[in-house]
Amino acid sequence: MYDITIIGCGVIGASLAYRLSRYDLRVLVLERENDVAMGTTKANSAIVHAGYDPMNGTLMAKLNVRGSEMMEGLCKDLDVHYQRSGSLVIAFSKQELLTLQEMYENGKRNGVPGLKLLSAEQTHAMEPNLADTVRGALYAPSAAIIDPWGLCIAEAETAVKNGVELRLRTAVTGIEQQAGHVLLHTSTGDVQTRFAVNCTGTHAHELAEMAGGEGWEAKPTRGEYYLLDKSSGDLVKHVIFQCPSSVGKGVLVSPTVHGNLIVGPNAADADDADDKRTTAPGLHEVQTVARRSVPTIDIRQCIRTFAGVRAITNRPDFIIEPDDVCPGLLHLAGIKSPGLSAAPAIAEYAEKLLGQMGVCYVEKPDFDGTRRVTRFKHLSGEEKAKLVAENPLYGRVICRCETITEGEIVDAIHSPIPPCSIDGVKRRAGAGMGRCQGGFCGPRVMEILARELKTDQMDILQDQDGTFLITGQTKMGGAKA
Amino acid sequence: MTELICITCPKGCHLTVDEENGFAVTGNACPRGEAYGKNELQHPVRVVTSTVRLTGGAAPRLPVKTDKPLPKDKVFDCMALLDAVVAAAPVKVGDVLLANICGTDVNIVATKNA
Amino acid sequence: MKYDLVVIGGGPAGLAAAHAAWEDGCKSICILERDKELGGILNQCIHNGFGLHFFKEELTGPEYAGRFIEMLRSTGVEVKTDAMVLDVTHDKQVHVVSAASGYEVLDAQSVVLAMGCRERTRGAIAIPGTRPAGVFTAGAAQRYLNIEGYMVGKRVVILGSGDIGLIMARRMTLEGAKVLACVELMPYSGGLTRNIVQCLNDFDIPLYLSHTITDIQGRDRVERVTVSQIDNKRQPIPGTEMVFDCDTVLLSVGLIPENELSRATGLEMDARTNGPVVYENMETSIPGVFACGNVVHVHDLVDFVTAESQRAGHAAAAYCAGQVAASTVIKPISAGNGVGYTVPQHIRMDAVTDAVSLFFRVRAVYRDAKIVITDETGAQIAAFAREHLAPGEMESIKLPRVLLDKVQGALTVSIEEGK
Repeated sequence: MYDITIIGCGVIGASLAYRLSRYDLRVLVLERENDVAMGTTKANSAIVHAGYDPMNGTLMAKLNVRGSEMMEGLCKDLDVHYQRSGSLVIAFSKQELLTLQEMYENGKRNGVPGLKLLSAEQTHAMEPNLADTVRGALYAPSAAIIDPWGLCIAEAETAVKNGVELRLRTAVTGIEQQAGHVLLHTSTGDVQTRFAVNCTGTHAHELAEMAGGEGWEAKPTRGEYYLLDKSSGDLVKHVIFQCPSSVGKGVLVSPTVHGNLIVGPNAADADDADDKRTTAPGLHEVQTVARRSVPTIDIRQCIRTFAGVRAITNRPDFIIEPDDVCPGLLHLAGIKSPGLSAAPAIAEYAEKLLGQMGVCYVEKPDFDGTRRVTRFKHLSGEEKAKLVAENPLYGRVICRCETITEGEIVDAIHSPIPPCSIDGVKRRAGAGMGRCQGGFCGPRVMEILARELKTDQMDILQDQDGTFLITGQTKMGGAKA
Repeated sequence: MTELICITCPKGCHLTVDEENGFAVTGNACPRGEAYGKNELQHPVRVVTSTVRLTGGAAPRLPVKTDKPLPKDKVFDCMALLDAVVAAAPVKVGDVLLANICGTDVNIVATKNA
Repeated sequence: MKYDLVVIGGGPAGLAAAHAAWEDGCKSICILERDKELGGILNQCIHNGFGLHFFKEELTGPEYAGRFIEMLRSTGVEVKTDAMVLDVTHDKQVHVVSAASGYEVLDAQSVVLAMGCRERTRGAIAIPGTRPAGVFTAGAAQRYLNIEGYMVGKRVVILGSGDIGLIMARRMTLEGAKVLACVELMPYSGGLTRNIVQCLNDFDIPLYLSHTITDIQGRDRVERVTVSQIDNKRQPIPGTEMVFDCDTVLLSVGLIPENELSRATGLEMDARTNGPVVYENMETSIPGVFACGNVVHVHDLVDFVTAESQRAGHAAAAYCAGQVAASTVIKPISAGNGVGYTVPQHIRMDAVTDAVSLFFRVRAVYRDAKIVITDETGAQIAAFAREHLAPGEMESIKLPRVLLDKVQGALTVSIEEGK
């Protein structure tokens, strides 16, 4: 019997697992994919919002501001890329200047620190590449940019290191409330657990329906993005938002922690929870709207387009509550934007709710909540020399675009949650993130993965299960006939 | 009259071959083009480049080629032969790995040291 | 560690530059190659067609590289493989890391940049659809197939008709895959005509000009693609959609100079070539730093890479010998009507002995056209008749010194269409 079973290991599930790993509890994490961070966590704007946006009094408002407060320290502890860049919401009209005023007031009530309304002049002084038509901005110095999958992986790894059990490729197929515990039917066998937590992102409503309740209505919404080459990375220094509309925070233009420029998203209805396609009209819309903010964006510098799905529901706020039918199941659902920003606070809040549901917390004396990663390119010349002298694998650069060494890739493969795919290595070590998008290093990463995992190169995947790369070998003699 | 594009070199001359007049070639910039034009309509040939399995080398495959052009209709027969060849390092550029293939005087030779 | 010349990149450009500099008496030369062996991309280009200009015979890629590697063997040129250059400073310190020698800083009197180019990716052309496995650049697929012996698919659609894409159409077909189509955005092929003939026509692979892939479908692996005809604004024409059931898409949609180091070093860059701006002897905006091969502009034939790189190597040797190409008269060259770019971008008149070769690419297909050189006054300096001009082929002209002396101010290279 597990004390707590977390279903889904995106940034919400991982944040909770990390939080709970400090206590003397039997915690299990179930993830249907072959790796963690495989849903919305790997395809979003990568922003820690300041928290002026959600309506005062909502859970979203409270947890966003609290999450933003916690994030810097968390990223420091876990060695995750985080940069407090600050954000600007820009206004193009008198009407929008009024909206900024309202957001400013709302933000003050939410407790967002340091908010300032800027004149057009002040705005352009901060961001010279903004359009001349910008008439003012709301400046939020506490907003930040972050590596979202990096955070999820770091939290999940650290949880595993501290005794949390992770079962990948395990999908929950049924939930039953029994006397004093919850029975989970899964693709890899039944699990008995005192409490279960639904962290399944865009699939959360399916789990609520499995439990037998009404749940809520999911309205998955696709957001399409462009990622631009590093040569465009300093076009803006802050996260640039336009005034929000009814469908979301609109198209943003922002530097990323990896030095690129991210442009997006739009808001298009998704066919289902996994509908991550991009479309020509969608991308065109993103491009057109973004140019209103920053007219000099050069889309030819694009190195990748992608889409993510937001877990939007028919309820305006996050859905954080125990299930009606199955009281041992806690939902952390409807975690749309600012879900990433709120993630640590959602975990903190869930911990409290689970306590109210009957979980007793006793701290483990040997808990180590920190993590360190070697990143070759960020070291000084002397440090590089010392590292390569100790381990020559750090002297072999595999990813040319991002300067990622074999040593770092091997470190990633032997981390607490070993990746089995080229993209799994990419999300951990950064190989393949650059302008050639793995064209040069893909085959070499495949070779290293096969060697370190003692498997055949033909079994190495691009990403999720089914994403095989090799269809056969050449020159296998008569064997092929 | 048949129009052809010469493939002997990257220039790609547009040739005209007159079948009625002894396969006379016009449009060629060099004698190789004339030979190509005459050949292509009567008995077309191609150089085949591919790989064979390699043991004991740094890489699992060794690049090879036919040392002379092969009749075009024998290209896939040649590929089938290569399927079964296993070269063992050390190999030098030009080493013959398979001689007189498909009943011709064409050999398969290594194109890289290994 | 001090060197007269450090050559960054051991592909055809770096090999030729190092060899030329050695022959000119440059005695301490080091080639830094990031791969495990010399030869660069030629090692995976196992097809033939290389060397007709330079060696006067038809060689495969590995053979062409092998000749140069052999030529270098008898010299004292030092080679470090598996060595990645992290930084080149303004005072020509080269920071390099390798598993064998660790982290080193080399003091170079001169530097030749010869890092080659890379392929444009799916992201660079933003093809809509899902993101399944099975979308490869043609070069990545070529590496899997020719070096590792792996097939990357069974039913293939190729986007782009660049030479690597065409060559891969034949390679995949010979190895048993079915290549369903080659799809080209432009109304003409981006590759050499002879490759259309011997790689597509020989195997009855259809080439769809003025078409593009408008959708890629498949959750895990590519399942199908939609191909549409495009209008003259490059917009898909409704009703022209063709659906291909395939498991693989190969992209051959262009090459871009590998300009990371060139930029980081602070060289003046040319937005049209995406490579550094060079003078007549391949010197960049930093004296003593030279560049050659595909890192400057993407070539069609390796033979021309060799010729250009030899010029860079000779110039580097001259620089080390103290012959600094200073000049009071610099003539800029601009790309006029129908011309995409020119290399070099500037000519220093003092450095010109008998003639300067100009390289460029045209922006469209022309028949019976003229390459016209004019100067600032609009006066025609020279004209060269050409039966056939195409963007897939690099053009070159030779301008004798006597003509250059007549030029007032800047030169412009443009194309005049035939009647």
